[in-house]
Amino acid sequence: MLPNEIYDKLKTEFGDAVIEFDNKQPTDSFIVINTENLFDICHTLRDKNEFLFDYLMCLSGMDLGENVGVVYHLYSMTHKHKLVLKVTAPKTDPRVPSVEMIWRTADWHEREAYDLIGIQFEGHRNLIRILCPYDWEGHPLRKDYEAPEYYHDMKVSY
Amino acid sequence: MSDKKRLDLEYSQLESDRMRINVGPQHPSTHGVLRLEVEVEGEIVTEVVPHLGYLHRCFEKHCEKMTYLQVIPYIDRLDYISAMNNEWPYVMALEKLMDIKVPDKVEYIRVIMAELNRIANHQIAVATFGLDAGAFTPFLFFFRDREYIIWILEKMSGARLLYNYFRVGGLAADVYPGFKEDCLNIVKQVRKTNAEVMDLLIYNKIFIQRSANVGVLSPDVAINFACSGPVLRGSGVKFDLRKDDPYSIYDRFDFDIPVGLGEVGVVGDCWNRNMVRVNEMEQSCRIIEQAIAQMPDEGDVKALVPKRIKPPKGEVYMRAENPKGELGFYIVSNGTDKPERIKARGASFVNLSVIPEISKGYMFADLILILGSIDIVLGEVDR
Amino acid sequence: MENVNFLYDLLGKNIISVVLVISLPLMFVLVYALIAILAELKVSAWIQERLGPMRTGPWGILQPIAEVVKLIQKEDITPDKSSKLLYNLAPFIIFTGAYAAFAVIPFSEYFVPAGINLGLFYIFAVGSISAIGIVMGGWASNNKYSLMGAMRSVAQLISYEVPAAMAVLSIVVLASTMNMQEINKIQSGWFWNWFIFGGPGTIAKLWVIPFTMGLGLIYFISSLAETNRVPFDIPEGESELVAGFHTEYSGMKFAMFFFAEYANMFVVAAVLTTIFLGGWNSPFNDFMQGPIWGVFWFVSKAFSVVLVQIWIRWTLPRFRVDQLMYIGWKVLLPLSFICFMAISLYVMLK
Repeated sequence: MLPNEIYDKLKTEFGDAVIEFDNKQPTDSFIVINTENLFDICHTLRDKNEFLFDYLMCLSGMDLGENVGVVYHLYSMTHKHKLVLKVTAPKTDPRVPSVEMIWRTADWHEREAYDLIGIQFEGHRNLIRILCPYDWEGHPLRKDYEAPEYYHDMKVSY
Repeated sequence: MSDKKRLDLEYSQLESDRMRINVGPQHPSTHGVLRLEVEVEGEIVTEVVPHLGYLHRCFEKHCEKMTYLQVIPYIDRLDYISAMNNEWPYVMALEKLMDIKVPDKVEYIRVIMAELNRIANHQIAVATFGLDAGAFTPFLFFFRDREYIIWILEKMSGARLLYNYFRVGGLAADVYPGFKEDCLNIVKQVRKTNAEVMDLLIYNKIFIQRSANVGVLSPDVAINFACSGPVLRGSGVKFDLRKDDPYSIYDRFDFDIPVGLGEVGVVGDCWNRNMVRVNEMEQSCRIIEQAIAQMPDEGDVKALVPKRIKPPKGEVYMRAENPKGELGFYIVSNGTDKPERIKARGASFVNLSVIPEISKGYMFADLILILGSIDIVLGEVDR
Repeated sequence: MENVNFLYDLLGKNIISVVLVISLPLMFVLVYALIAILAELKVSAWIQERLGPMRTGPWGILQPIAEVVKLIQKEDITPDKSSKLLYNLAPFIIFTGAYAAFAVIPFSEYFVPAGINLGLFYIFAVGSISAIGIVMGGWASNNKYSLMGAMRSVAQLISYEVPAAMAVLSIVVLASTMNMQEINKIQSGWFWNWFIFGGPGTIAKLWVIPFTMGLGLIYFISSLAETNRVPFDIPEGESELVAGFHTEYSGMKFAMFFFAEYANMFVVAAVLTTIFLGGWNSPFNDFMQGPIWGVFWFVSKAFSVVLVQIWIRWTLPRFRVDQLMYIGWKVLLPLSFICFMAISLYVMLK
């Protein structure tokens, strides 16, 4: 199934929760969806027979300036089709529903996005830092991040 | 004291204490600086908590500060055992973004390089898996052969391990004279050693007892955890990006996808995962032979690409079948010569996340084997 | 006890001869350990298509000396939180246990340090001392790997002593003596008089040969386990327990463990030689038979067994701890009982 067909199907099912379909890109087209409905849409995408997106290839956190974004690259092992989902949340309140219950691989990906971008995944059962030390301050992959000069009284060399 | 109370006391004394052991970051068989916090009851593992990040070097942050070509050496350092394969999805992603057609000869050389490196990677994987089980000798057999492969890669790129060989739209250098003969000799040698190791290690009774029926990963769990590569195929899922999501020129070659068949033990155990790797070496040999036969002698190894890589605004997710599994690069370009965001989806990172799931209830010694059978490289896990 | 020791004959039983008798095996152990280390290095290299050490001396034959010198020079670390007394005592106890067994090993017709009548019994008694040393070292190190290694090691030593003892006991039944010198004397003559081929006897002994051979194998397997060698090196299984019970040891104390391991290897090889392979007897009746040749035959037979141990070490993977117990209690022990019964029957019928 092509992304635009999936978009049409999702649009009929979820209505306004599916915001826009972007195929202006030279390569991958993507679907932007409403952050609040993310969990339901993902659940449908995984379990409904015509979609069966059982394989979450990649989950990336993004710093979009004003907002933070999460990009989901989905793949179906049965239908062999791909889909890119995007959600955004304001940087002041970066809360995105967790899909860790749907695809368990999202567990570590979300922890990484939390660690590096600072996105709060709601419903994640163990949202702690994964790559940085557990007591690290700040989220390094944000564009405005400043590396600290000292960590535990040790000079951070760069 | 009443009888009941005394009895309870005795039972509570019988119950053994659980011990928490740190496996790593300094440990002979964590394959790098991985730390597993293991809770054991006697010898039985009851809980595994992986702690990552000892090798974290902000790869993605670095990428945002560099031009596209400068990123390639850093990509070598993700999965430093199979650096050729790492570079491939990255340059493919950029080629896709910039809509560059790569010359035929380049594709063939890339395939040969990647498959040679796949063999080298699987040799290390099988060798260290044997080492985890206590067999030292196959380790050195494989390392001897890997040396020959590395010599070829060194002659091609100038480096033994971190090649920096792939370029957007081409390669750093053309093949050297005698390259084809070298490759065919390697293929012969790899097959010979594999036959030897089959007897010495793979079908060894003790090895089978150790690794069969251990760390069973069922196919649906594997897919849900987005495992890829030999870990997924070891569970019996016939999924290989070279066939199922073909990229480059893999559709021109005739090869099979080895899956775990449960010949010994059950499908999805350590033995089957390991066996997939051994069989994949043979398939890689087949691909190399065909590629050598089909490769055109004439031709340039560089497509017409501007010196400064400046992809148009847009984004792309490109994945390729690495020896460890699916390595994907999500590249967001903002139209300048520096990437807006690069996310590397490492196969080891995702494959490692099943460790807590599949190692509970096995022996402590099995945990090491399970870790070895997943074949992680910490450079890719921690990035 | 008569005529067991040429030194007593030569010098009379005085303090000098006693000291000499005690120190001769020690000299032997030190020289042997160096040779065994070299053999380990070289054999492993040949198995793995390497050259092995080549720099120290011609063909690297001085490598073990270099290693020992290195170990002596190294810093002797005592962990801060360890139990100091036990920690420092453990290597010596292990080495003592290994060395004490040499007291009854008959190197030749005229040389056995102490020709006591309960030689085999004594070897098993002092062999267990090393278990104490291991658990001492493992516990006192205050390290979880060491502790687990020590627990595994003791479980393993105790389990495998039973089939080993059964194997030895069967031969005791066959030989009707526990004196190792006597056992050797019984096996004199051609090599088919060795106990692995049923000992001296008429053609009727043919049916007992499979059982004695099985016992030899059982003893050999058990001895691998008792000396913590591959495939039973679980106590020091480096892939999970780093180095097992001697993780924290360094320098000379580590060298003591090292020496004890090699000494133990020789002890079990010597016992195997003595009770199964005819000890100091020449395989070919009177050919090259005699007290001096006896030393040659004994040492070369025992060293061949050691070489087989090395060969196995570099070939096989390691067992898991439950599989080890399974083999010990459910395979080797019943088999050794069956062999024991068969041999008892044979002795009764003889």
